[in-house]
Amino acid sequence: MYSEKVMEHFTNPRNVGNMPDADAVGEVGNAKCGDIMKIFLKVDNDVITDVRFQTFGCGAAVATSSIATEMVKGKTISDALSITNKAVADALDGLPSAKMHCSVLAEQAIKAAITDYYEKQGIDPTSHVGCDMQCEGCGGSH
Amino acid sequence: MDKIVYLDNAATTRISKRAIDAMMPFLTEDYGNPSSLYSLGQKSKVALENARKTVAEVLGSRPDEVYFTGSGTESINWAIKSAIKLKQDKGKHIISSNIEHPAVKNTLKYLGDNGYDITYLESDKHGQISLDALRSSLRSDTVLISVMTANNEIGTILPIAEIGKLAREREVLFHTDAVQAVGHIPTDVNELNVDLLSFSGHKLGGIKGVGALYVKKGLLLQPLIHGGGQERGKRSGTENIPGIVSLAAALEDAVGHMPLREVTRLRDKLISGVLKIPRTHLTGDPINRLPGIASFVFECIEGESLLLLLNQHGICASSGSACSSDSLDPSHVLLALGLSHETAHGSLRLSLSVDNTDEDIDFTLEKLPGIVEKLRMMSPLWNG
Ligand SMILES: Cc1ncc(COP(=O)(O)O)c(C=O)c1O
Ligand code: FES
Repeated sequence: MYSEKVMEHFTNPRNVGNMPDADAVGEVGNAKCGDIMKIFLKVDNDVITDVRFQTFGCGAAVATSSIATEMVKGKTISDALSITNKAVADALDGLPSAKMHCSVLAEQAIKAAITDYYEKQGIDPTSHVGCDMQCEGCGGSH
Repeated sequence: MDKIVYLDNAATTRISKRAIDAMMPFLTEDYGNPSSLYSLGQKSKVALENARKTVAEVLGSRPDEVYFTGSGTESINWAIKSAIKLKQDKGKHIISSNIEHPAVKNTLKYLGDNGYDITYLESDKHGQISLDALRSSLRSDTVLISVMTANNEIGTILPIAEIGKLAREREVLFHTDAVQAVGHIPTDVNELNVDLLSFSGHKLGGIKGVGALYVKKGLLLQPLIHGGGQERGKRSGTENIPGIVSLAAALEDAVGHMPLREVTRLRDKLISGVLKIPRTHLTGDPINRLPGIASFVFECIEGESLLLLLNQHGICASSGSACSSDSLDPSHVLLALGLSHETAHGSLRLSLSVDNTDEDIDFTLEKLPGIVEKLRMMSPLWNG
């Protein structure tokens, strides 16, 4: 049911683990199935220099977190913000339709981390992130 | 992946050698319709009636109390929907448990949406229901009790004989879903005090798509499926002779292996090995449980991920996690035990058969701790 790419990321997840000295952390919960995804960022001059994730969830949730961390690494904050769940799913050669919500979780986790980054900088995140972090994807858990 | 370690026998079983041998002629040379008069047809008819006798012997019933159907699910639908019609003058109240298989659960939900009043007895943390609760739920308009003999997710064996005794005293019809029990534990209908008992071929070494229903003599159950009048007018449709023959042969084989001491020994070895993993819990009744079912929850991890990693080692298992279900809800059975959504998420069921070996169990016990550890290292809920 999963593509080879999903299985590859699930089996060998990139950038997995805790990051105690992170500059920003985003944690979202999945309203649909009750899963949790946490993303840690290191940011230098608006560029994401390092990233880690922790996920409690299905194969698709782990794989989307893994590939999402690869997609944001080295990007500027604004480029990272433009990553959509569809882009995450496409990068994995697609997801079964019942698992698309797991890629939403990945997009929301990135946004949550960036929101945290803005807040820590004393900047109002709403206009930048363009999401109130109350949608179904994060289940209002932010 | 070379070797498969099949630990999902509660989902379906390998077809027993005896079942294949018995069925083969009816897939090849002996293809006659049992309703036909010529010898080729009569050969099928004889096989059908012999299968019925075999099943009756195992159930301790008369052959004419056994009807063949297209699945366990069909037997259950027929039993419940027709039993309540027999008692429609008495009322519209049905009692069941909150850990039933969807075959019962959704049949009752349908009836609940259509004017019936359903009481779901709450199970305790082991999946047992209380006879006192049952007693106090009985009403003058109660027409049917339906409680499963043994649970498919957690292996708990329920007190069917006692429930049946109570049902008899109160003159309420009693159906049991014995799909996980028949061929695994004794299921004599006289000892169980049941009026109706459903089971299925593919959980005991027969092929898929064949089931049976025991209907106590004197219960004039109306058919669910109308047509050409097969099964003495009660279940129409040309009989699935290969399937029925496979069910009977597999059942004979299964009963020959009972009591499943060796399976029980392997199950207990598996349980004690798995429980060595920290923050791991057995689900279901520690004592009254099916010989083949070992079921667990692992804190802080999710079941589908677990199944995928086990699969990479050729280990076949199942989970009641939300992510592995189509509905994205965790199993109602695990929630009924009082587990939180989060904990129910980390469930694993390993179900054994007589084909499993010490080697299978050793291999699983060698791989599982590392897999759980790997997932916990990834989990935001895990902190060492
Ligand atoms: C307890 C229980 N009841 C009913 C069924 C349904 O049986 P079948 O697959 O033959 O329809 C199953 C199997 O999935 C089961 O485990
Ligand atoms: S995270 Fe639960 S289904 Fe993917």
